[in-house]
Amino acid sequence: MSKAYEILTAGFGGQGVLFGAKMLAEIGLLDGKEVTWFPAYGPAMRGGTCNCSVVISDTPIGSPVVASPNLLIAMNGPSYDKFIGTVASGGKAFVDSTLANSDASASKPVDGVEVFNLPATQLALDNNLVGMANIIMLGKLIKETGFASAETVEKAMKLVTEGKEHLFDLNMKALKIGAEY
Amino acid sequence: MNKVLMKGNEACAEAAIRSGCKSYFGYPITPQNEITAYMSKALPKIDGGVFVQAESEIGAIHMVYGCAGSGVRCMTSSSSPGISLKAEGISYLAGADLPCVIVNIQRGGPGLGTIQPSQADYFQATKAIGHGDLKIPTLAPNSVQEMVDMTVKAFEIAEKYRTPVMILADGLLGQMMEPVSFGNIKNNAEVYPYGANGHGGKRKKNITNSLYLDALVLEKCVNERFERYTKIVEAETDAEFDKDADIVVAAYGSTSRVVKSAVEMARAEGINAGVFRPKTLWPFPEKQLKEATKNAKAVLVSEMSMGQMIDDVKMALEFKLPVEFYGRQGGFVPNPVEIFKKIKELGGKY
Repeated sequence: MSKAYEILTAGFGGQGVLFGAKMLAEIGLLDGKEVTWFPAYGPAMRGGTCNCSVVISDTPIGSPVVASPNLLIAMNGPSYDKFIGTVASGGKAFVDSTLANSDASASKPVDGVEVFNLPATQLALDNNLVGMANIIMLGKLIKETGFASAETVEKAMKLVTEGKEHLFDLNMKALKIGAEY
Repeated sequence: MNKVLMKGNEACAEAAIRSGCKSYFGYPITPQNEITAYMSKALPKIDGGVFVQAESEIGAIHMVYGCAGSGVRCMTSSSSPGISLKAEGISYLAGADLPCVIVNIQRGGPGLGTIQPSQADYFQATKAIGHGDLKIPTLAPNSVQEMVDMTVKAFEIAEKYRTPVMILADGLLGQMMEPVSFGNIKNNAEVYPYGANGHGGKRKKNITNSLYLDALVLEKCVNERFERYTKIVEAETDAEFDKDADIVVAAYGSTSRVVKSAVEMARAEGINAGVFRPKTLWPFPEKQLKEATKNAKAVLVSEMSMGQMIDDVKMALEFKLPVEFYGRQGGFVPNPVEIFKKIKELGGKY
């Protein structure tokens, strides 16, 4: 990991938007970076739309609130509509195409933004990984950005699943499915 | 040192426990709930640990009054509307010269306002935290690490000078996670020698009281307290700042981080801007501000409010420099570009 990441993850409450973001923050921490993780903590949670800002940088971080991300994970239609236009040119957006139709949306990315569509929710259903669409999305993001080494990712997953060891293998499987899609 | 990712609220609670605080009294309110929740899980597992979810904020602060009165290190936390409810108890604690730590994870107001971050309780904390002639040292962290460091510091100041101490943070600092290290926090809690905790006639009575009906006695008592305040001003005032800036941007807490990014943008465009960040709000770092603005042409103050600390900035500068304001309200955290634009405007004007 060499450059600074300003990441926004967004979706419905319950899709693991905050958890996915925490995983990215843990990876940053393991890589020795400065890291901030800031959730939308309002009534947006629990069924409404929810989002989380993660900043990873070599230098001390000013604002932990991400206004113009260079990486976006949009887990549903409303999140795509709201945030796709904010992604900075040169950035990448990862869209759960089971729940968001980027072609039909009136919101468009600016020039120079690469959009990756993957049906993460459907992939999760097909593979008996219900509730892990967020991790499938992460798998794709890590692969397409060279975000961190496989070793660091595995270490971070161990950390975030601490106390729930039975989830480790399932999460690693979800990462693989995302990476290979 | 091993670092862990933690929310500011949780880190504050863990730091308090590590420094030897075993007694917590609180009442839930967003965005400080993680402090109460953390204490409710952790304290019952500690030998002698006491956690009480009080019936209200008023109940909680008066439990703190009783606990501190018996000579035991203790704390409470809340968010803006809850701090207003605690006002009476804080005044009693100050009047009885009892140490405690009060954490305010500010949200927008007035009234119930919003649960989003705000800095609109600066006046309340530094000017009128309760009725009567009183001050309470007010610390302003700007990172999760400082939520830890300043919690430890707050207990030290509280017990050294026998006063309530406030940590004035906000929803952003409470809710965000950053890597944090607990270093070597010493458990330095002792039972205060002046605690009214029962002694079986073995020593002189300790009396906890804030009522002095004799004017001579109360005047003496208030004057003695203000002598202690003078010592706090001398020894505990703290700020960090850039030297020799043309445009000095003053901000505390969360906003100071955003300001730092904005100042870096300004410098990249050749504007000689600098940050002034008070780490103590009372006492306000007047000398440090004078030093930071020695060669300044103008000062910009940025807060998540309509402008409160700006008054202290103007007074500290004796109204000799132009002071302008940029703030956001309603729960908005300003973004660096907004503040950068304002710095640029000042750069052109002065």
